[in-house]
Amino acid sequence: MITFMNNSDSEDETCNERTSLMSAESPPVPSYQDGLQASEAGEVQTHRKRQTGGSCSSNNVADGDMSDLGVRVRENALENEEEELTLKYGAKHVIMLFVPVTLCMIVVVATIKSVRFYTEKNGQLIYTPFSEDTPSVGQRLLNSVLNTIIMISVIVVMTVFLVVLYKYRCYKFIHGWLILSSLMLLFLFTYIYLGEVLKTYNVAMDYPTLILVIWNFGAVGMICIHWKGPLQLQQAYLIMISALMALVFIKYLPEWSAWVILGAISIYDLMAVLCPKGPLRMLVETAQERNEPIFPALIYSSAMIWTVGMAKPDTAARGPSQQTWDAAEDGRENHSSPSHSDSQILETRSPVPSHPITSLEELEEEERGVKLGLGDFIFYSVLVGKAAATPSGDWNTTLACFVAILIGLCLTLLLLAVFKKALPALPISITFGLIFYFSTDNLVRPFMDTLASHQLYI
Amino acid sequence: AFFWLVSLLLSSLIWFIAVKASDPHDEPLQKGLLIFGVMFSVLLQEAFRFLYYKLLRKAIEGLVALSEDGCSPISIQQMAYVAGVGFGLMSGAFSMINLLADALGPGTVGIHGDSQLYFLTSAFMTMVLIFLHTFWGILFFHGCENRRWWEIAAVVVMHLAVSGSTFCNPLYVGSLVPSYLLMAAAAVWAYLLSGGSAQNLRRFLLCK
Repeated sequence: MITFMNNSDSEDETCNERTSLMSAESPPVPSYQDGLQASEAGEVQTHRKRQTGGSCSSNNVADGDMSDLGVRVRENALENEEEELTLKYGAKHVIMLFVPVTLCMIVVVATIKSVRFYTEKNGQLIYTPFSEDTPSVGQRLLNSVLNTIIMISVIVVMTVFLVVLYKYRCYKFIHGWLILSSLMLLFLFTYIYLGEVLKTYNVAMDYPTLILVIWNFGAVGMICIHWKGPLQLQQAYLIMISALMALVFIKYLPEWSAWVILGAISIYDLMAVLCPKGPLRMLVETAQERNEPIFPALIYSSAMIWTVGMAKPDTAARGPSQQTWDAAEDGRENHSSPSHSDSQILETRSPVPSHPITSLEELEEEERGVKLGLGDFIFYSVLVGKAAATPSGDWNTTLACFVAILIGLCLTLLLLAVFKKALPALPISITFGLIFYFSTDNLVRPFMDTLASHQLYI
Repeated sequence: AFFWLVSLLLSSLIWFIAVKASDPHDEPLQKGLLIFGVMFSVLLQEAFRFLYYKLLRKAIEGLVALSEDGCSPISIQQMAYVAGVGFGLMSGAFSMINLLADALGPGTVGIHGDSQLYFLTSAFMTMVLIFLHTFWGILFFHGCENRRWWEIAAVVVMHLAVSGSTFCNPLYVGSLVPSYLLMAAAAVWAYLLSGGSAQNLRRFLLCK
């Protein structure tokens, strides 16, 4: 999963965000004999581009080390086991992703329904310059399509820029950019959000308390996301910033443009991840070639990866990298070492041709986890939030979109288990969500309203 | 849940088209169309339950093929229960959630002469429907598994009866009482089908 967000500290700079869904699936290590198979990383990637500032840099972990250095003989024997485990763990992964996506959506819907600020129209981003206050329907449609074209092209440009930067190893620039954007998100947007919530509930708060709260929140967030921290705290922060971004989008994108943008972005995502020359795909492949994680902290990871790798002199340049996160999912790790600042995660399976691995510490353990890009969270939440923000105030629409998105996510994960490579997480869910939104709003709502008024039950 | 949603979608589509194609001021026609819509929706729901059963059957076969010892980690009865719960929850949510949202706001129940028990009866009706969907799921899947068509037909007829009884509303005794009786019957039936018996129940209650 590649999530890429370029944040700028002003709204004029464009941000790129690419998200992708990766599943770190690797077959279990059966024994110490030779023929350990390399882990295959399934990556699901989705693109997301954000134009306003405030994206957090996230560490993308390239889980894809497709090193089949092991003896191929073993592969077939392991394949069946692998498949079974894939399916068995697949269900677990689905649940592991349902919870954060649901939480993010709940936060967004709760805010939209209660805080008036996010449904008021107070202007537009410069990336959607055409206004929708036009007299005729055709003009409005045209404007929204133009807005979409502009936004998508901005996103494409930013993504390509990022890929270029990555290819030419301008890591410092990228890191700085990502840190700046997450700073903005964690401090500025949280401040605005908190202000609006306090206004809604008419709670007074003095500035010193506010500064203390926001400072703590932001500082802990920066550390958690970019460096080390408990897994659950990091997940919570990622969910919160996704929700904040989604709220910004819901507020500042005009009505029809938002829907067209959602549709266009899922198409773009499909192309960018699956086409051979797509920027996201190139990014993932470059990262895999270099055995590096893609980018810091733009990916939500549902499980912890414990990898203990050994650099064998005869294996091809697979340095051990360990990443430790405090929340231990199970105590299977045998060896943990301090993580590097880049939090590189490498899943390597090095063959042990001649000498057996002597100590337990050299056993590679991997906890399978699925990774979903933050942009996916954001766009799912935008869809559900927009459904919740409809003037008719209907909860059925929101619920229907929610179920549709979750089912789409399920299907995507199923495909991921089957294909085992990077897949876009947006198209299926967004398509379902859009279909259900428009049909529920226009068809089901009158039906259910009539039924409820006569108190009939179906 | 998703399957229930799709069935709801299709049935509302049909109803919507029918309404748009007809005269909006003709009251009995509208009522008739509504009744038609309800019945059609019930039939569609059951059809989708059947489709869901087919899908789950395929999934179980896949799981069995992949598992080590030839049996799947989840049995068809468990799936039946889950399917029923999913249907029930979705149906209940769609019925109740707008009511609940409105109940949070200001207002007086039944100020225009309607029943004052609106919220209460809606809640009870929704509850009975959720339970019923769960039991119907078990019965339906059991019928499909063992090819007992009369069980499936019984489920469909029960569903139609319950929906039909709501036409008596606001004469609540006509809708709630039969529905609860049907629910008790379905509960006993499903319990027996799932392997329970009076013995088990007694042992459970006496904590042996």
